[in-house]
Amino acid sequence: MSDIRQARKALATRILEGAGKASPSERRAAFNNSDLAEPVGSLADKVARHACKVTDGDITAAKVLGRSEDQVFEIVVCSAIGQATRQYDTALAALETATGKE
Amino acid sequence: MRLRILDNGHGFGTKALFALIRTASRQPVLDVIKLVKYRSDFYGGPMSAVTQEAMRGPSAWSVGDRELMAAFVARSNNCEFCTKAHTAVAQGAYGDGQKVSAVLSDLESASIEEPLRATLLMLGKLTREHTVDADDIRAVLAAGASRQQIEDALAVCFSFNVISRLADAFGFLVPAPEAFEAGAKYLLARGYR
Repeated sequence: MSDIRQARKALATRILEGAGKASPSERRAAFNNSDLAEPVGSLADKVARHACKVTDGDITAAKVLGRSEDQVFEIVVCSAIGQATRQYDTALAALETATGKE
Repeated sequence: MRLRILDNGHGFGTKALFALIRTASRQPVLDVIKLVKYRSDFYGGPMSAVTQEAMRGPSAWSVGDRELMAAFVARSNNCEFCTKAHTAVAQGAYGDGQKVSAVLSDLESASIEEPLRATLLMLGKLTREHTVDADDIRAVLAAGASRQQIEDALAVCFSFNVISRLADAFGFLVPAPEAFEAGAKYLLARGYR
């Protein structure tokens, strides 16, 4: 599965550095699940830690102060990919430790 | 869905495609397709490349094994949409609905190969607890899975830890089983591109 790392890198580069409606700093903060102002900070954290508990109210709250649906879309996508990336990287590091390939 | 743009924000060509899908399958367009097709240059395009490689790229795991992993990861995230969707795909890939049901109801007692059982146990822990350590990985290696198989399984886990989160955050509608069956046939015939 040689292309998966390249494909993952292309995905992360696109969502974090490519054109978007949310600012690059907001997308990066959502990806990292840190330093994101409320109320989108709570939404991003919920997506990362227990997405099954996200409610209509969480999405509605994220749209206050004129934030568009496209911006919320991007923030949620970045949060989901960021958390999955941390899980993946943690497991890959454990694999390297277990197989002596650090 | 919770964002109107994901239901109605697509361009004319994509809406025409959705009409074609509804006509050909006689089922509603699944919300996951609406998500992937919305501003596909941002998420759907690059994510589909990752998922295609993880689910259909070269691997010692069969397509059925990887679809079962997808369903298992989704279930570990309590994501009803993805669990049902990939249960249907795994059942179709294996041609054995009993095997998939047995794994999802009780992994410990299911009649499956030990490398697959140990891998699923590790993926379940990674998904629920967000971490695994070297001892968790050593248990999978001791059960007979290769290093490459573990890497491949982690790629599947990555994809479905993304997709499950988005399904729940955006509030995907869970349709009737017939819609998942139609989706499963498509994914088995065409993959994720």
